[in-house]
Amino acid sequence: MAVNAKTLNETEFFYGHKACAGCGGSLAVRIALKVLGENSFAVLPAGCMSAVGFNFPQLCFGNNAIISTFAGTASMLTGVEAGLRAQGITDFHAVGFAGDGGTADIGLQALSGAIDRNDDILYICYDNEAYMNTGIQKSSLTPFGARTTTTPAGKNIHGNLRPKKNMFEIVAAHGIPYAATASVGYLNDFMRKVEKAKSIKGTKYIHILAPCPTGWGIKTNETVEAAKEVVDCGLWYLAEYENGEFTLNHRPKEFSSVESYLKKQSRFRHLTDNDIEIITASRDKKWEYINKNFR
Amino acid sequence: MAKKFLSGNEAFAYGIRLARPQVISAYPITPQTIVVEKLSEFVEDGSLKAEFIHVESEHSALSCAMGASSVGARAFTATSSQGLLYMAEGLPYAAGGRFPIVMMNANRSTALPWNIYGDQRDSISQLDSGWIQAYAENAQEALDLALMSFYIAEHKKVSTPFMANLDGFVLTHTYEVADVPSQQQADEFLPAFETENKMSLDTPKNLGFSAGPDTNTYFKYKEHIGILNVKEVVREAEERFEKVFGRHYTGLTESYRTEDADYILITLGSISGLVREVVDKLRNQGRKAGLLRIRYLRPFPNEEIADALKNAKAAAVLEKDISFGNEGTVYTNVNSALQKAGISIPVSDYIGGLGGKNISAEEIEGIFSSIAKEKTVVEFLGIGGEDSGG
Repeated sequence: MAVNAKTLNETEFFYGHKACAGCGGSLAVRIALKVLGENSFAVLPAGCMSAVGFNFPQLCFGNNAIISTFAGTASMLTGVEAGLRAQGITDFHAVGFAGDGGTADIGLQALSGAIDRNDDILYICYDNEAYMNTGIQKSSLTPFGARTTTTPAGKNIHGNLRPKKNMFEIVAAHGIPYAATASVGYLNDFMRKVEKAKSIKGTKYIHILAPCPTGWGIKTNETVEAAKEVVDCGLWYLAEYENGEFTLNHRPKEFSSVESYLKKQSRFRHLTDNDIEIITASRDKKWEYINKNFR
Repeated sequence: MAKKFLSGNEAFAYGIRLARPQVISAYPITPQTIVVEKLSEFVEDGSLKAEFIHVESEHSALSCAMGASSVGARAFTATSSQGLLYMAEGLPYAAGGRFPIVMMNANRSTALPWNIYGDQRDSISQLDSGWIQAYAENAQEALDLALMSFYIAEHKKVSTPFMANLDGFVLTHTYEVADVPSQQQADEFLPAFETENKMSLDTPKNLGFSAGPDTNTYFKYKEHIGILNVKEVVREAEERFEKVFGRHYTGLTESYRTEDADYILITLGSISGLVREVVDKLRNQGRKAGLLRIRYLRPFPNEEIADALKNAKAAAVLEKDISFGNEGTVYTNVNSALQKAGISIPVSDYIGGLGGKNISAEEIEGIFSSIAKEKTVVEFLGIGGEDSGG
């Protein structure tokens, strides 16, 4: 039976935490744990989810969970998996939840090592496109043009100068058994991917776009809408990598307006028409690549 | 028991095999490499049933060991020098998490300048990380320490990670005859690792949490008590060890002819063997020399040092370490022990062996002659270089 809103486990594994209202990251963690179930061993690095969920004596995970060092999500996950297996325990899921900085910047080396060893772990990157826990600083997954506290937008520089690092294809280039992109705007797709990852041996990676109202400058009830729109306007996409092939899961009939997506968020409000043209052109180039290389 | 001709690294690896670790995560660095190569061979030939994880860095080596320990698996790693510093973030993390991981550190100088040879600045720089720190003198002690380290670290009263230090090259690469106990004996000595400080399917836990200003001191105090408990647990471990293997160890320190000594040299690690020879030579000349070997730097043997020095006229520390801008760290610690015990004798500090510089018997004799002058000095041995015309 497919996992969806109707069949989803009613047990809550991540509750009572103090995440900001409208937090996309906590939604991704909550839903993933419902799909994975009570036998999950979760590893979370220093970051938003650990900061909001592990304040002694208020510990917010119903399943086994531990905070790792910032750079050590994947390596600690490897140890958890190996340690359980060495004791003859097999009925569990070792899952990591790290943000964009913890994944694409400081944690990339450990993640690469784990994929290289093909450790039997699921790594979920909740991507809110900046270091939100420390107060909205640029990461390598911050998109072009975004204003953060370390990429201020002024007359000389219009926010972040570099495009998002292509984590999905970097991970896929390792020859990983399973990788996927997702969005909290398309939760059924995400749930299906977590469910699929459950049954695959070896390393699995899911990269879920998870808006942060605080960092993006949107209302707390606009998280899901923004996460839908980023897919609908083509700046993010839903895809999978398996058996050496890329598959596109969702093809918008026609893209919604990039400008409309950007201008709703205060982090992009300063962008000029020229900036938006650059972003649109880079989207079109990306889709040209997707159409050519993804099934 | 079987006698084998082993290097310090190999002896340690044999000891680790006897301890049956369930997860080994390690990254190569000279002069530690042989211990992890040997363990890889043991895993390959089936004589060691462990998950050997080829991590991509020392940071991950310790992070992986913590993950394994957090689910109740016995975990081992090994490193040296730059590697120890690269994993430094994980040291207080493992100690604060009360994960009784055992790590072998091959003592080696730290860059810059680059140098692969032995001194003890690497481990001593991490003295405050919350790890038990022991220093072996020879291959047999290294092997025995490998076995005992798990007993001590995993003891319910301790639950603290254990760093076993072997002097780079001088001990790690020097071959000696060592007794390798049988697996049956080792199993008799070392019980399986059991802890409540773990995540499990029966009793799910949230570990590695945050503790704010209100609760932080509580956890740090408990951590301190845990490592202080090593003092009594080492005794327990060594008595048990002697019953099974017949070899005797002497706790946090080892005294050699200190009972009636006027002049005592305090040191640690492999240089102790040479100091012992010099003590014998001086004794033959009628000079009342003695050696106090520090076996554990953490917990620090305050009482043992005070007791050994209480009747001495003067003493000195010989250490392969310098806390830049002050003095050798072992010296600072020794002085604190004496001051607390109300012992007021001249104590000097000799900093030697940096970057693998040889310390000769003549130099050690010279130190004893200086001690006999009953003055306090802090000096480097064998500075060399252009400034001194070398």
